[in-house]
Amino acid sequence: MLRAVQDTFGYIPEPAEPLLAQALNIARAEVHGVITFYHDFRREPVGRHVLKLCRAEACQACAGDALAARAEEKLGVKFGETSADGRVTLEPVYCLGLCSVSPSAMIDGRVVARLDERKLDALLAETDR
Amino acid sequence: MKALRIYIPGDAAAVACGAEEIATAIKTLAGSRNVTLEIVRNGSRGMHWLEPMLEVVTDKGRIAYGPVEPADVESVFEAMLADGGAHRLRVGIPEQHPFLKRQTRLTFARCGIVDPRSLGDYRAHDGYKGLARALENPASIVAEVTQSGLRGRGGAGFPTGIKWKTVAEAKADGKYIVCNADEGDSGTFADRMIMEGDPFVLIEGMTIAGIAVGAAYGYIYIRSEYPHAVAAMDVAIAAARKGGMLGKSVAGSSFAFDLEVRVGAGAYVCGEETSLLESLEGKRGEVRAKPPLPAHKGLFGKPTVINNVLSFATVPVIMDKGAAFYRDFGMGKSRGTMPIQLAGNLQYGGLFETAFGITLGELVDDIGGGCFTGRPVKAVQVGGPLGAYFPRALFDTPFDYEAFAARDGLIGHGGVVVFDDSVDMAKQARFAMEFCAVESCGKCTPCRIGSARGVETVDRIRRGENRAANVAVLEDLCNTMKFGSLCALGGFTPYPVMSSLTHFPEDFGLTPRLQAAE
Repeated sequence: MLRAVQDTFGYIPEPAEPLLAQALNIARAEVHGVITFYHDFRREPVGRHVLKLCRAEACQACAGDALAARAEEKLGVKFGETSADGRVTLEPVYCLGLCSVSPSAMIDGRVVARLDERKLDALLAETDR
Repeated sequence: MKALRIYIPGDAAAVACGAEEIATAIKTLAGSRNVTLEIVRNGSRGMHWLEPMLEVVTDKGRIAYGPVEPADVESVFEAMLADGGAHRLRVGIPEQHPFLKRQTRLTFARCGIVDPRSLGDYRAHDGYKGLARALENPASIVAEVTQSGLRGRGGAGFPTGIKWKTVAEAKADGKYIVCNADEGDSGTFADRMIMEGDPFVLIEGMTIAGIAVGAAYGYIYIRSEYPHAVAAMDVAIAAARKGGMLGKSVAGSSFAFDLEVRVGAGAYVCGEETSLLESLEGKRGEVRAKPPLPAHKGLFGKPTVINNVLSFATVPVIMDKGAAFYRDFGMGKSRGTMPIQLAGNLQYGGLFETAFGITLGELVDDIGGGCFTGRPVKAVQVGGPLGAYFPRALFDTPFDYEAFAARDGLIGHGGVVVFDDSVDMAKQARFAMEFCAVESCGKCTPCRIGSARGVETVDRIRRGENRAANVAVLEDLCNTMKFGSLCALGGFTPYPVMSSLTHFPEDFGLTPRLQAAE
């Protein structure tokens, strides 16, 4: 149900919590607890594009940290933030399972590996659209 | 004219390296030249530095080319048309490549070879032979699995047969089979490769488990970061149902078994079995205190077999070839083979399945080819974010549960992440604590508070504040987390932290001599 709400609205708006609680006959606190527990559930609207960069060890070993800093600088947002124009949300992800071809990223559900500055810049350019 | 049959992996690693674009380009080329084309989206062979690796079927067998970039498509296509002809990117027959030739593939026997969408192809490659043998004598399944020496491949290494026996003996009006496919460890991708490359083997393994313990329903809990695996499993489950291998009568027998995929929501701790069960029930993924064991009170309070993807995927070959066949591989109490995942800063990363006993040095230097940056290897983290960092001095450690434990490490799910000499180990120790703080489920204090204080303490050490005293605090904190946490997240976070401190004191601004004096 939470997935359905998020798929429809892009996030789970707070007013949805009591409605879900009533439908499931559980306390609102329980609904709130589940939403806040999982990284996937968002409580704020998301950008038109979502760029997830892997920040886990295998990608750190392949200069992933420098790319992450570059993405933050170029987009002007920190991890977990959405740009002011609502264009793009930058999120960390801990492992996409592409560790043998790291560093890796996921943009709007599409996976990209063997990132370097050139490939990252191409991804950042995609978020302009 | 004979159709040109080309294999292009649909594995996420290949797709991330551009396999979709290559597949589209090949189709366009074939169309413009009136070539009848048949494309199979197979799994990956596990030679990831060659992805996307394309294979063409010839009279001499399958001939591979890789890594194929968009600019190479036309010339590779020409070479393929010339019956697997010469090309700069020609790999040859994959099975003869040294990386594959050195392996013993039991769990991964079919991965990269078969069409993961086809039940018929699975059967043609020895699929469902294990189930057939299991159905001949269902009462002996648990004994067979126990005798094979198979241990939980998720990381804990608990004997699979004993777990199954406990559930089989439990009396209840319902039991469940749960597959843990919440493969969250950095440096691991074996579960993903099986689900994307040979999904039927997992279905077969879970079906055998269901018959063995008397469970009629199963769940595969897959992390949301693996959309390709979810899609591949859904297709395979539908095909198995259609083919009569799942449902009210499995393969025409009197046993019923069916299963479904459930998708996680981004929580590392849900890889812990009790937390996963909570999450499956729709709750916060908080760890349960044990006992009761899931084998007694698991999903929805019923006796539950919960195993990792690789554990289930290894059962069919054990049932097919017998416990003794499997047990004869390996060393000590680690029997059989381990699908090892070589990742991070390596020349030749990928999946390497081999009998237990191979040394860390062989894996990193001989097989992995050292760092792709060309710099020396400084540290290797084995077993995911909760695994210890090993220096070159420990490269003689054989891959074996007990041998790693004896050196304060763990093999976990078999991930090997290699770092070159530019890595700052104090920073890695901080990351381990930070990761634990972010991912802690919050139920127990050592993990929830300990990790937050751990980050602060490592920061103080790195800034040079009262170093000796803060190192003592950190060691004490690690000790508390190790022995006081409910689950492996808090309990194992000390491994990467303490191993960094022990093996690389200079990165913490300590002189190695001072460390030795303590």
